[in-house]
Amino acid sequence: MDFDDTPEEAEFRQEVKAWLAGQASRYDLTLQGALSLDEQLALGREFQASKAEKGYAKITWPKELGGMGGTPMQAVIYDQEEEKYDFPTVFFAISLGMPIPVMRRFATEAQKQRYLLPALRGKEIWCQLFSEPAAGSDLAGIRLRAVKEGDDWILNGQKVWTSWAHISDFGVIVTRTDPSLPKHQGLTYFFVDMKAPGIQIRPIKQATGGGEFCEVFFNDVRVPDAFRLGEVNGGWQVAIATLMEERFAVTEASGGGASLEDTVRFLRREFNDGHSGLDDPRVRDRIADWYVAESGINNFYARLLTGLSQGQLPGPEAALSKLVIAKKLQSQSSELMNVCGPAGAIYPDHQASRANDHRIAWLEAAGYRIAGGTDEILRNTIAEQVLGLPGDIRVDKNIPFNELT
Amino acid sequence: MHKRFSNVNFDFSEEQKALQKQVQRFLLDRSALSVVRTILDDDALYHSESVWREMLDLGWVGVAVPEEYGGVGLGYLELCVVAQEIGRSLAPVPFSSTVYLFCETVLRCGDSALRESILPDVVTGAQVGTLAFAEGLGFPRPSQIKLRYEEGKLSGEKWPVPDAMIADSAVVLAADGNGEPCLCLVRLDQDGVRRRPLDSVDPTRGQGLLVFEAVEATHLGPTGDAAWKLFRDVLNAAAVLFAFEQVGGAEACLQKSIEFANERTAFGRSIGSFQAIKHKLADVYVSNQLALSNAYYGAWALASDAQELALAASVARVSAIEAYERAASENVQVHGGMGFTWEADCHLFLRRSRSLALAIGDIGMWKEQITSEFEQKAA
Repeated sequence: MDFDDTPEEAEFRQEVKAWLAGQASRYDLTLQGALSLDEQLALGREFQASKAEKGYAKITWPKELGGMGGTPMQAVIYDQEEEKYDFPTVFFAISLGMPIPVMRRFATEAQKQRYLLPALRGKEIWCQLFSEPAAGSDLAGIRLRAVKEGDDWILNGQKVWTSWAHISDFGVIVTRTDPSLPKHQGLTYFFVDMKAPGIQIRPIKQATGGGEFCEVFFNDVRVPDAFRLGEVNGGWQVAIATLMEERFAVTEASGGGASLEDTVRFLRREFNDGHSGLDDPRVRDRIADWYVAESGINNFYARLLTGLSQGQLPGPEAALSKLVIAKKLQSQSSELMNVCGPAGAIYPDHQASRANDHRIAWLEAAGYRIAGGTDEILRNTIAEQVLGLPGDIRVDKNIPFNELT
Repeated sequence: MHKRFSNVNFDFSEEQKALQKQVQRFLLDRSALSVVRTILDDDALYHSESVWREMLDLGWVGVAVPEEYGGVGLGYLELCVVAQEIGRSLAPVPFSSTVYLFCETVLRCGDSALRESILPDVVTGAQVGTLAFAEGLGFPRPSQIKLRYEEGKLSGEKWPVPDAMIADSAVVLAADGNGEPCLCLVRLDQDGVRRRPLDSVDPTRGQGLLVFEAVEATHLGPTGDAAWKLFRDVLNAAAVLFAFEQVGGAEACLQKSIEFANERTAFGRSIGSFQAIKHKLADVYVSNQLALSNAYYGAWALASDAQELALAASVARVSAIEAYERAASENVQVHGGMGFTWEADCHLFLRRSRSLALAIGDIGMWKEQITSEFEQKAA
């Protein structure tokens, strides 16, 4: 047992560190809070282009596709080092995380030539059009219709919770093509041009006031059959492949909010009753709880990495990280508000100091427990796919979709 | 959190895993739960002599004892995998008291002559050892130790002491003539030593009371703060090893819950298909995985003699206590009324989860250690 890089990995880490330090010196990342979305995006695209130039945008991909031809461990090392900085990479996380790997797997050679590289360089951004008002956790319940007309498909319906749709150039989408089949069987998967006529995008104002989620309306949107990924009525398999890509986004315990070190520093100050927050035995007990959770996830992650370095890809057990981290974030930020008494509800004055603020994190945590798989769906995944408990009885599974009420 | 992990080899080696399999197969065969029940059912039995004998002969008691003292000379990591299997099987043997507590103190006290005179006997089974630190209710504090060690003699009492009824020797935490903490080694077969068994929530691991009436004992290692530190170092090492036992027990409980949930039907379907059961067991799985991962962290810190052992050990212990107690109580719950019978094995694990949670200090004490260690680190 050890936590050391192999000599090759250490060398790669040094190379990455040096490159990132060079990049960081080009931007003043502390000023980002004051930038408009367009300005942040421009900064992000510039960084992404340099990153792709080095092959870092997709380290495990072959060079001819714009990658580096590296190992999964090198990808992890890069991510670990990049996370130490505050580069505006958030716009590309979904784009390069799910849609683009799916394009690589299901698109034609000519399409790959056309679409992969611009996405890796940040020139084009992709979104993932899955959820609908009536289909969230139950993804196979989607209704957005695609009807064949000559060599095209005509799309009508609505998608929702589509992150970054408003800045996206393209999107991948699951549609219903045959409602007379049971729900999983009548789906077809496409990619679409987000600038196509008939697409209307509206950011949704979230509970936090932020708006990176959108609702997307399709009104007679024409999509060429050449944009189909997978078979007609074989869209479920492509959708599952998309979701499987999420698994590889193995995370450590940093899930937003204040770090535990910062939390302890915050608590150490003297509060108005003359006591330090660290004097409170109840708070001390909670710090131990958070540390156990954080350490547990980081050490779980270290075990996954060990498997990865031996060629084992993470399985469904990786779902537990978000489950633990989101709950911990909620509890930790709430407790930091508690120790402040009534003043715990008051936001800090300066916009710039809001990043990682526990009051912001407290509200965001409520959404984090839902996004990308609710706590409940993750528990089902663990119970069925890891523990081998029987699937739920699905009353609608074998009934034609158009006969469901 | 700061990214401490880079690449990793955060796993046991193939040899260590092979040893684990071997111990697992052996215990499944020789220390089935029916063997555990013979200890539960017979008030005069405190351990399974035959299982202990065989474990001695297979070299597992001395797996981490250096070869110069007759041991196998492997390390803590091998000890961790043996501990995990003992926990999984509930083996009724004085392994933790002899190995994690007694040997560990003797090894750390720094006197090589003493090691030579004791460890070979432990490895062959001529001596069962234990560590006697508690004095009734609560956890001892360095300034409040009542057992006296003066002019080479021990006077006072200790309880509860694990394996007190079968131990041949004990290391005891005492106070010297100046009231300073010290550790002493005492043979328990001498005149002036009285012992009696104590009924406990977990009769499959015996506990007892030791009374010393001016009994000869040997002073081990330092006195005062340094002796107290030595004692806490031993507990930190033991916390990691106990954590592996607890994780093994928690894994066994989850396994049994899954098996039962798959075979039991109610309301026309397998109860494992209900989300109420699924989510419960998913939560058990999550806390088991956190505990296992934190136990690995403890194992790494112990094996590499890392600065952060006090932190890693306390995290491993707290995580393991939580996981085992959750897994054991939910195992009863999943089994329903049947789970609360004497006949079903659920209570054996429930009892063990509680006794291990108390063995070297309760969860609150170890949580405080996490916070105070982390506070210093985050200064």
